[in-house]
Amino acid sequence: MAQRAQPLGPGTWAGMAVAILVLGLTLGTLGAVFARAEDAAAFGPGDWAALRFTLVQATLSAVLSVLLAIPVARALARRAFRGRGWLITLLGAPFILPVIVAILGLLAVFGRNGLFNQGLQVLGIAPPSIYGLQGVVLAHVFFNLPLATRLILQGWQSIPAERFRLAASLGFTTRDVNRWLERPMLRTVLPGAIVVIFVVCLTSFAVALTLGGGPGATTIELAIYQAFRFEFDLGRAALLSLVQFALSALAAGLAAWVALPAFGGAGLDRVPQRWDAGNPLARVADTAWIVLAALFLIVPLAMVVASGLPTIGQLPASVLMAALRSFLVALGSAALMLLLALPLAIATVRLGRHPAGAALEVTGALSIAASPLVIGTGLFILLFPVTDPVVLALPVTALVNAVMSLPFAMRALVPALRETEAAHGRLADSLGMTGWARLRFLVLPRLRRPIGFATGLAAALSMGDLGVIALFADPTQATLPLQLYRLMAAYRMDEAAGAALLLLTLSLLLFWIFDRGGRGNAAT
Amino acid sequence: MLQLEGLRLSQGDFTLTADLVIETGARVAVIGPSGAGKSTLLDLIAGFQMPDAGRVLWNGQDLAPFPPGRRPVSLIFQDNNLFPHLTVAQNVGLGLRPDLRLDNDAQRAVRRGLERVGLAGLGGRKPAELSGGQRGRVALARVLLRGRPLLLLDEPFAALGPALRAEMLALVGDLASETGGTVLLVSHDPRDAATVADQAITVFDGRVDPPRDTATLLSDPPPRLREYLG
Repeated sequence: MAQRAQPLGPGTWAGMAVAILVLGLTLGTLGAVFARAEDAAAFGPGDWAALRFTLVQATLSAVLSVLLAIPVARALARRAFRGRGWLITLLGAPFILPVIVAILGLLAVFGRNGLFNQGLQVLGIAPPSIYGLQGVVLAHVFFNLPLATRLILQGWQSIPAERFRLAASLGFTTRDVNRWLERPMLRTVLPGAIVVIFVVCLTSFAVALTLGGGPGATTIELAIYQAFRFEFDLGRAALLSLVQFALSALAAGLAAWVALPAFGGAGLDRVPQRWDAGNPLARVADTAWIVLAALFLIVPLAMVVASGLPTIGQLPASVLMAALRSFLVALGSAALMLLLALPLAIATVRLGRHPAGAALEVTGALSIAASPLVIGTGLFILLFPVTDPVVLALPVTALVNAVMSLPFAMRALVPALRETEAAHGRLADSLGMTGWARLRFLVLPRLRRPIGFATGLAAALSMGDLGVIALFADPTQATLPLQLYRLMAAYRMDEAAGAALLLLTLSLLLFWIFDRGGRGNAAT
Repeated sequence: MLQLEGLRLSQGDFTLTADLVIETGARVAVIGPSGAGKSTLLDLIAGFQMPDAGRVLWNGQDLAPFPPGRRPVSLIFQDNNLFPHLTVAQNVGLGLRPDLRLDNDAQRAVRRGLERVGLAGLGGRKPAELSGGQRGRVALARVLLRGRPLLLLDEPFAALGPALRAEMLALVGDLASETGGTVLLVSHDPRDAATVADQAITVFDGRVDPPRDTATLLSDPPPRLREYLG
């Protein structure tokens, strides 16, 4: 179609500038690490072990999460019950849950003296340790089982209700429905879900830092951190960064190869009537899966709340200061994310099917596979000759967090912006609304909801992030997650419990406020 | 005077060609089956699409360098003529300034425009609080304020019932008479053409024929049009 050759507006140029900045942060920092690596370190046996562990844990985490999610999603897809909507909302919660808080909760359940292990001991079974591979995978499943469930549930909901009616009229049994309706759907949905989780787990740092470690359970990300922080061996850090980058490229290739599912949660609230799921066995199995999944999610969080309540009122000043720092970093990071995401989304939509538009979209998705530790290491090296990087620990953390939440923001903004342009773009064009007027009177009001959602997400992710800050910060400027990690490492568990509850509250609160702000009083 | 000079646009198998002149102040209906190229023709005049060959001229000036917002054109679409998140007054005000920096004179003009279309006092409402007919009137008030000499209507007021649509089209006719504007109305209902337009253009399979007198055309339609009218 001979579209009118639109002159490139300031929004498009700003979007391209953002893309270059993002590329600089993801690729440029890698170059910086390399330039500083004095002699190419050899890839030692420890590094091979880290590579192996990274791949093994990511594969196990992805496959287990998805396998367990299938029956849970099926149960949710065909049972209507009280609290179903609530449970589905809860499935979205781990995404904005600070990793370190979840780990504290998991320790309270699956740790040495946790509920689960005490139960096992009563039964006379020797409880397994939560540390090492099983612990890392357990934590990853905790985070990704809900995500996988939501993605697969979306697949189920995408089967039109009429198909189930047709199946019923043809006398299909549960097995027939499975064969002719559900398995074809799963074949299209599962690869994408597995790849997404695999990619997320490849760059796992905080989980490996707390539950892994040692020669047998170190991810590449953790190895970069150790090489940089403890040995200041830039050659090794560079080499490991390259390996991590190759892994990311592999992941990006995988992601381009399978169709990635959308992250939207729309339309999960209806349950089509089913005629094939009436048999009692299926009913019992579905109930069991729903209860188990709910317990797996709720109990660790309930433990965090229960053990945190007694001490949250008497936290030391160091924790409160850390909380304030984190809060400000989160706000800054959310604002930065918007500054990056809006122009990028506008340029992506404006350039449309032009190759440059596709390139921008890929750039926006790139940092889902990028490694915050590689970016952090590179920035440290770049900043070192100019200024003391430690002074810039907090701004750098805010920036890296903003870039890491870009892919999710883009997934929320770009479709909404496309829709807005399709519905109102011609009218705006015909009235000559360009630049600032278009942004203010068309884009911002129409995108209020996704902007609120994305901002809340970015703020919550930044609030709970334990990554780059661990590289940079000295003890005087810890964020709350880092302070919490230090309390745990020092076995000050009472204070840690209170700090964890505070961190949990602040993260959820930040998300809620922004998301609410986007919905409230929304003009239709 | 609107001139379409050797205009041609190809999209896959489909090719639109037009070569015709429309006098200033004329009211022209564009008639033809769906998919024949009526909307594409309007898109070319409005600047949403660029021709592969030929020119669109207004009073002798080539419009190619001008983006849609800077052409001497106001548009009424099938729907989405108003921004749902802006008030009625803001929607009308956009016709004066796309950045809505309206001084007192401009605000007075907005009020007068709303009065003219019979919506006095409704400036503070949102489009969702209006009836379908009132929403159409808001769009017409904006057309009035923009004061562009060429008004293109693409199957307008499609959501309204026949009586209300006739009323709106009559209002379009009145406004055009007051301002001396030229009107191009795409419709697949020949009755619309008969009520508003003294001339008519037919579009079949991408071929746009020059305007003819509506009454003659409809009373003695050529074979293709006869087939279409049924």
